[in-house]
Amino acid sequence: MSSGQSTDVIENPGRPSGVPCRFWRGFGRVGGLAQGLVVPAALLIAWGLSANLGWLPEQILPPPSEVFGALRETMNDGTLLSSTLTSLRRVAEGFLAGAVLGLAFGFVTGASRLAESLVAPLFLTLSQVPTLGWIPILILFVGIDESLKVLIIGWAAFIPVALNTAQGVRDVPRAFLELGRVLSLSRWSTLRSIILPSAVPSIFSGLREGLANSWQTLVVVELIASFEGLGYLMAYGRQLFQLELVLAAMIVVGLIGLSINLLLSLIESHLQRWNPGRQS
Amino acid sequence: MTSSVMGASGASTRAPVRSRFTPASLTPRLRPVIVPILGLALWEIAARTGLADPRFLPTLEAIAVRGVKEFSENGLTSDLAASLARDLLGFVAGASIGVALGLALGFSRLLERLLSPLLLAHRQIALFAWVPLISMWFGGGEAGKVVFIALAAFQPALTNTWQGVAGIPKIYRELSRVLTFSGWDFAVVIALPGALPGIFTGLHAALIYAWTATVGAELLLDIAPGIGGRMNEGQHLFHIDLLFLCVFLLGLLGVAFNLFAGALERRLMSWRHS
Repeated sequence: MSSGQSTDVIENPGRPSGVPCRFWRGFGRVGGLAQGLVVPAALLIAWGLSANLGWLPEQILPPPSEVFGALRETMNDGTLLSSTLTSLRRVAEGFLAGAVLGLAFGFVTGASRLAESLVAPLFLTLSQVPTLGWIPILILFVGIDESLKVLIIGWAAFIPVALNTAQGVRDVPRAFLELGRVLSLSRWSTLRSIILPSAVPSIFSGLREGLANSWQTLVVVELIASFEGLGYLMAYGRQLFQLELVLAAMIVVGLIGLSINLLLSLIESHLQRWNPGRQS
Repeated sequence: MTSSVMGASGASTRAPVRSRFTPASLTPRLRPVIVPILGLALWEIAARTGLADPRFLPTLEAIAVRGVKEFSENGLTSDLAASLARDLLGFVAGASIGVALGLALGFSRLLERLLSPLLLAHRQIALFAWVPLISMWFGGGEAGKVVFIALAAFQPALTNTWQGVAGIPKIYRELSRVLTFSGWDFAVVIALPGALPGIFTGLHAALIYAWTATVGAELLLDIAPGIGGRMNEGQHLFHIDLLFLCVFLLGLLGVAFNLFAGALERRLMSWRHS
């Protein structure tokens, strides 16, 4: 296990040097991208092979062609588009509602110690209940209509937005606030030019987590109680033992997750440029 | 995470006290409980006076009575035990695989290059989108539930361990080379202690994810003994007192998990500060 021999130890001293280095190093020149494609490609080939050779029954793993067939079919008859739009609309509604309320709640509890000591403990206790634990009780209260989805998705977004906003506001350096007082800034300008810029990174990570939570929760709530949307498409495919439909819907869910993450990274880098002297 | 967030005190803009009977004049000790008590009092009043439909808002007494009955006669204890056992099994399986793979990815650049696109793609798919697939592969019974819980625990354990190892300062790696550490010594003396905070963060998150997944699996997959099964029962039979009781227990368990993880973390990490 001694690592004194190979040349790449500085980079990677933890690797046992028994690994055949020349081969892997030559392999490394192909570039990270190509290496990254090796395993997915191998899996895809194995999938295609096992499906075509009939190693696995179709109820367990349909061939890739069938999954893409299901994708094409649902795309052509419009179910995929309408399901996706329904899901996206639900996430947007729930997230917006939860984020706006979470921001307000976070600002108040972050700025006022009194407000924090009054409501934060209750809020923290309620937030310990897994979001989906509220679903059965809410179904009895509001039924399985859209309001159920907005409430649950909104609550999933509210928690991280409120927590992070409160923290961001609370962590505004005191010196900045004192400076504001010295300059006798109005409340509004203190908020706009001191608190907000300083709290933005924290607020943003709250929004980011909130959006991720909303998306997760959407899938749950659509699996449990809905008649349209991507989660319903999956539940439907499961009931009919159409695994290709389930996998096709999973691909779309993954693609949407990816676009949400990419979008957030873009916004984040933009915000950081806007606010270069941020304190982390 | 949550307790430290709210526990930190900024004390920047305290509301000025004008009259003697503002909420601010309450002793700080009393403040955290005043809102819940008021809320519960309103609840009780609404339930007793018939302002609210008792089918939707049972009295607190009714919920307590239900609780006693469920625990003493209807075996809620064994339901809780079943849920926790499932949770623990899935957590241990998923988190250990996640930590092991995270360490491997942190140590081996090659493995990292090979697997990171796949793991990144895996992370894009919302956790619960796996439920239909898992239920078809492993069935909706015990196996499917535990696999799903393990999957939930796997992701945060993996990500945080991986980041923990990757975050070890390069200078430590160089030092270990200067001291001609073997791979094993490097792992034990530098990598593991250095990655420990990341691993704990990951395990803490995995604990919470696993518990969420436990409740979700019990709600979504086949009905089996467990707290999620009782919630299904409460929903279908319209036993709202049972549902309130279950939500209360879920909250209690959530608090317990966080306290437990926090205490364990402090205890195991205490050597770092001393």
